[in-house]
This record gives sequence, structure tokens and C-alpha cells, in this order.
Amino acid sequence: MGLMSRGGPGGLEHLRPPGPARRGAQPSPFPTTRGRGTGTQPLLSWLHLPTVLPGYQDGETTASTGSLADIFVTMAHSEVLFQNDYFDEGPFYLSHWQSEGPPGMVLKAFFPTCCASADSGLLVGRWVPEQNSAVILAVVHFPFIPIQVKKLLAQVQKASQVQVAVLGTWCHRQQEPEESLGHFLEGLGAIFSHDPWLQLCRERGTRFWSCKATYHQMSTTLGTPSDDQVMLIFYDQRKLLLSWLHPPAVLPDCQDGEATASSGGLADIFDTVARSELLFQNDQFDEGPVRLSHWQSEGMEASILVELAKRASGPVCLLLASLLSLLSAASASWLWKLWPLSFIRSKLSTCEQLRHRLKHLSFIFSTEKAQSPMQLMRKANMLVSVLLDVALGLLLLSWLHSNNQIGQLANALVPVADRVAEELQHLLQWLMGAPAGLKMNRALDQVLGRFFLYHIHLWISYIHLMSPFIEHILWHVGLSACLGLTVALSILSDIIALLTFHIYCFYVYGARLYCLKIYGLSSLWRLFRGKKWNVLRQRVDSCSYDLDQLFIGTLLFTILVFLLPTTALYYLVFTLLRLLVITVQGLIHLLVDLINSLPLYSLGLRLCRPYRLAAGVKFRVLEQEAGRPLRLLMQINPLPYSHVVHTYRLPSSGCHPKHSWGSLCRKLFFGELIYPWRQREDKQD
Amino acid sequence: MEDEKSFSDICGGRVVLRRRYYSPYCREFGLSSARLSLRSLTAVTCAVWLAAYGLFTLCENSMILSAAIFITIIGLLGYLHFVKIDQETLLIIDSLGIQMTSSYASGKESTTFIEMDKVKDVIINEAIYMQKVIYYLCILLKDPGKPHEISQVVPVFQSAKPRLDCLIEVYRSCQEILAHQKATSTSP
Repeated sequence: MGLMSRGGPGGLEHLRPPGPARRGAQPSPFPTTRGRGTGTQPLLSWLHLPTVLPGYQDGETTASTGSLADIFVTMAHSEVLFQNDYFDEGPFYLSHWQSEGPPGMVLKAFFPTCCASADSGLLVGRWVPEQNSAVILAVVHFPFIPIQVKKLLAQVQKASQVQVAVLGTWCHRQQEPEESLGHFLEGLGAIFSHDPWLQLCRERGTRFWSCKATYHQMSTTLGTPSDDQVMLIFYDQRKLLLSWLHPPAVLPDCQDGEATASSGGLADIFDTVARSELLFQNDQFDEGPVRLSHWQSEGMEASILVELAKRASGPVCLLLASLLSLLSAASASWLWKLWPLSFIRSKLSTCEQLRHRLKHLSFIFSTEKAQSPMQLMRKANMLVSVLLDVALGLLLLSWLHSNNQIGQLANALVPVADRVAEELQHLLQWLMGAPAGLKMNRALDQVLGRFFLYHIHLWISYIHLMSPFIEHILWHVGLSACLGLTVALSILSDIIALLTFHIYCFYVYGARLYCLKIYGLSSLWRLFRGKKWNVLRQRVDSCSYDLDQLFIGTLLFTILVFLLPTTALYYLVFTLLRLLVITVQGLIHLLVDLINSLPLYSLGLRLCRPYRLAAGVKFRVLEQEAGRPLRLLMQINPLPYSHVVHTYRLPSSGCHPKHSWGSLCRKLFFGELIYPWRQREDKQD
Repeated sequence: MEDEKSFSDICGGRVVLRRRYYSPYCREFGLSSARLSLRSLTAVTCAVWLAAYGLFTLCENSMILSAAIFITIIGLLGYLHFVKIDQETLLIIDSLGIQMTSSYASGKESTTFIEMDKVKDVIINEAIYMQKVIYYLCILLKDPGKPHEISQVVPVFQSAKPRLDCLIEVYRSCQEILAHQKATSTSP
């Protein structure tokens, strides 16, 4: 029991494997037609003229009732028998009706453009029966030993769970046509039998190819199908290998040795090429038993700096990760939870931003590898965002330290604060007079006006007290810009909040007064009409009041109504000022958010390597000739920029305003205080 | 097989339908509308510049004139690149899918490809558009998991908007291919 070897045409040796000869179709005892006609009807129908099927093997003897229904039922129940066929590697070779693509359907052959100029050989790839398409991954060149080829394919199949098989032959005739080569190639169909068997042939001097697809079972009755039935689709193997399809198709997990279920046509093709990377590791210049032709990589990286960087990145990541974990532990310690510090911490946006950045950095330098492309992109986006931030911050720092900008800023700050206070005083004087021609209640007016004027006086004295230290403070704050532009902007926003603290206080006083007035008015209005608010039932009920209650209630109501314009005016003025400050702070936060969440790496990738982010594919019909198979070029359709930003944007620190416009107006009308960036600390994990 | 025929769109303008039959099961329909006319371009430019000159005589600021020139150029480029569609193409390949391409006046092309698994049917539907009732060709999509429900309606030739006679030609050709595809497919 040895291996037989005989010389084949052209002096090539090929060895026949031991075992039964795997020829094509066996002569069957009963004439049958493949796939249609009487072969499928009993299986798929209920009431038809029956025909005895060849190869009808069942473990049991049929009950001899002789009824037709019996035969139908037995056929239908034996479906599990039809799942192994003659060509499967099983203990039995069964011959029965095969389920393959229905006749008349076009066979699609996906051919890589890099193999179009390869020498003659065998086509290796994956056959997808549900879509009647063959994805060709590589070409195996002569000479080869069939056993080695089969071993390599089994190896690749096991490692990558892609059912790689020999699909057919490729013939590239550069010289005069060789008859012997043709016979030799047909002989190969006997060794690597695959159904259908593809034969692609390219002549020298013409752009058009000839393709033939032979179905073994059909060859006895229908003959070889015409060329019209094959469609050639060229694809760029390298681009398909490197691209990610959006939205990512969820493929079912496959066990070892099982076939992958095909999810959707094109996602499947992407997946097949991506998973067969193992096949691409040996190429035609390697000294191996099998010479393959496929997409070639550029070779090993030869630069020593790159190699050193790759080696050093591991320990450096480890060091940085440990430092960052120390920092995070320090920031999460119990000291910060004590009352004054936790309160300040929640109000300042700088601390929020620093915490956000720390989280990003610890994610980037974590020592575990990224599990999915999505995680890899996130890491890359965060890294680019941090680098850009620091670069812009250093730019700002260099500008601040040139020409003594800090000194100029510090000198300008105190007069600006003075000017603002002076303007506020003018405003209050105007309100205390007859603002816009309205007549105010003199007494209340004077009280409120003097109260607020005193506050402004206090504030001005405080600013003057601080003025010698402002330059030093600004200089130290400017140093923080080297942590990033976002940190500098957050500090700016906090400084604005501190400097306009008196406006905030005025707003709170005015709003509280107004709110009290509005609630009092609404309650006394109900009393005026003889109604009451029922807290238990949360509705308005009628109520009988005593005469003295009604009298006092009506008096108070009248007083409040006549004092309403004055309070309302003060409330309006200070609310507008507060809204102005909030708008300025909001714009700064928007800018910080933009720098934090824009996925710059993904946008750069979309700009420079658009095939990496694929939204789909597009086809272009290549030059046609009548009678020849249709040729298409499949290219990658890149994702639009808006989708890139939407898919890959980084999570921001969540300081968006929580209210809609309607609820904001409602709150303003009733005098409730508005906190646009509240609950920021509640969102921390 | 290639031929060209002239039709009219819903506003009365002229569109040209170009049919190419690459093979019995691969057909392409290209619909080209009229290019940007010199008349409308001149009218818009003159209007913008006259308005800018009027503002200039009021404000005596020469920045207004430069701004008007800048706005006109940027506006024209933006219009050609993002708005003006010169040609729309429908490529239908049996057992692969349907591809729709729009080519803009600046040369940009935007392509959408729909796999045959997702295509349920191609129909002509009616719509009320401003004060008119128009016909438009659309592709009905289905979810491969739920083959009896329509998941999306994708209208075709949205910028050229041809009339019913042109749509009928395209519809007949597409139905031939879809019928052949349904006859030879395995799934319902």
C-alpha cells in the first residue's frame, strides 16, 4: 500500500493519494435529472406522481403497505440522510439528490486583481452555496504535490474556520496554446474534485477571459453550461482585507470544523477574506512545498528604530499605567470627600476636565490589547485628541509668555472689573429712578436698590484687595496650559464664574423674591375666588373662609399686585445678565467638548485611507464582449464623514444643558432657579 | 445594446434616458438632466453684485464688494459640488443587486448599492408634490429575516423627476430582471 507515482505531461510528477478513486459521476442505475423534475418533487411536495429515487438507502425496511403516502413520508423524513454526500469526508459515500444552487442561477466568481497576471495553477478559495458564488483567495502554482496542498488547506481551515478548498484551475496562456496543458488541467479535476469545478482561462493579447463552470452531477444529462452563466467580479484583495464594514455584521460564533453560516452576501465576502489571513503568509517567493500567488505584503519591517520602539512600548506602557493608577487612587481617596473640598470640586469645571483626561489616559496606556476594531479606533482617537490638546496648550503658553502678555492681562483685569461694577451701579441708579418711563413703588425701589449697591461696593473692595496678587495667580494658571488647551479653557470658564459671582448673587436674590411673590399671588388669588389648593389630592378645591380671613387675604393680595412691577423689573434685569454670563460659559464649554469628543484619527483615516472605513461596495461594469462572461469591478464605498463622526465620537463629560426650551421658559416665568450644568457630579461612575 | 431617448420631466424640461444592456441579466439606465444654464448663472451673479454695490454706496466700506465676490464664488462652487446633479444612473445586476449613482456637476459621484436579498420589488408610486400629483419609481426593501414586511422605500431618480412614460420603460426592464431572479432563487 504505497503511493503510486507516474510521470504526467510536461515532466511533472503528481502523486495519487491512496484510497478509493474519487471519480466524478458514477453511472446510476436509474436515469435521473439533477435538482429538478422528479428528483425534488417527492421531497418537497405532498401529492405528485411518485418515482423511485436512486440510491434510496434507509436503515429500515419499508413497511409494505404499498401506499404512495408511505413513500412520500419516508422520503420526507429521510432528509437528514441527504446531508452527507459523495464528496464529503465521511465514513460513507452516499449518492443521492444534492442540494446545490438551482440551475439557471448565475455563478459569481470573485477574483483578486493581483492574481490576474499570475502563472497557471490551481484556484484556491471558498465556495458559498447559498449565493452561488466562489471567492477565490489565491492561486497555487506548478509544481506541487496534491497531498501538500490538501495539508495546507486543512491547516488553514482549522486555524481560521474558513472552508478553503480547491475550486478549479487557472490557465494563463502567454505563449502558443498548449493542448497537453488543457488535458492536464482537466485531469486535476479528478484529484481535487469540487462541485462546481471552475476553469478560468486567459489568452495573451486579449482582455477577455473564458470561464467554464462544470457541475459534476449535471454533466451526464445537461452537458456543460454556457459561458453566459458565469459572472467575473474583480476585487482588490489588500483593500478588502484591511477594511471594516459599517454597520458591523454580527456573525454567529462557529465551532471548530463547522462551516460558518453566511449572514448576508457581501459581509460574508469581507469576512472570508479577512479571516484567511493565514493563507497569505506564504507567498510565491518563499521556499515552501507549495507556491501561492495572492496579495503580497511589503515584507518585514527593517528599520531598527521601529523595532526598538515596538520593544520599548511594552515596559513604557506598564510604567505609565502604574503612574496613572497611582494618580487615580490619590484622587479617589477619602480626603476629597470632606465637605468644603467636595463642594468646591463639584462646582469647578476644571476638576471635571482633569478627571476626564485622566480617565482617557489610563484607557490609552492600559496594558491589555484592544479586542475589537472599535476599541482600537477609540484608543487611537483618544491619543490623537490628547496630543492635539497638549500641542494647542503649548502654543497658548508660548503666546502668553511672549511680549509679557501675562503682565498686560493682569494690568488690564482690575480696570475691567472696576468698569463692570461701575456699569452695574449706573444700571441700579436707572432702575431706582423711572426706568423706561415706568412708575415704580418708591419705597421698595429704594430698599432693593440700596441693598444691591452695597453688595457692589463690597465686591469692588474685594477686587482691590486682590489686585497685587493677580499677576502671580495668572502666571501659575498659565502654566496649567501645558496640560492641555481644554484645561486652560476650563480654568478660564471658572475664572469668569468667580469674577461674576456678584451677578449670580443678585440673580438669586431677585429670583427668590420674585418666586415668593408669584406663589403668594397665586395662593391669594385662589383665596379671592374662594378656592384652596388641596395638597393631598393635588388639585384645587373650594373652601369656605371666614370674613376676617377673606379681608386680610384680599388686602395682602392687593399689596402684592401693586408691588409686582418693581420686583418683576429687577428680576428681569438680573436674569438677563445671568443668562449672558451663562451663554459665554456655555460657548467655552462647547469648545472644550468639541476638542474632547471629535474623532480626529477616524477623520484622518477616512481622508487618507478611505477603504479602511467601508459603508458598502460599488460595482463598475468593465468592457464587454458578446458571448463572453460579464466582468465587473468591485470597489469599496467609503463611509460618509457625518457617519464617521457619529459612529466614532468619544463620550463627552456630559455637561450639556438638561432642559428643553419649553421647560426653561416655564422656569423663568415662575422664578425658579436655573442650573444649566447641574447633576454633572451625579453622572460620575 | 445601447440607445438614447429623450423624455420630459415633471416641470417640462428635457431629460435624456440612456439604456445599456450589458448582458441578459445586467442593465443600466442613465438619466441626464440639463446642465447649469448660463442665463440663470448670470442673473444670480448680477443680482448679488448689484445688492452689494447698493450696500456699498450706503456704507462706504469696500469690504462689502470683496465679500460679495467671495460669496458668489464660494456659493457657485458649493452649488456645483453639493446640489446640482447632472446624471443619475440605475444599474441592476441579476443575483447581485441594484446600484444607484448620482453624479454632481463638479464630478463628485455618490453611490448606493442594495443587495438582492434586501430588494422586495420595484414599483411606480404616486405622490402629491406641491400642487401636482406625480409618479416616481421606487425600490421596496425587505428585511431578510422578515420577508413579508416592507422595511424601507427608496425612491430613484429624485433629482431628474421624469414623467410616467420614461418610468414605464425603466419599470418594465427592471421587472424582467426581477422576475428572472425570483424564478432562480432559493429563498422565498
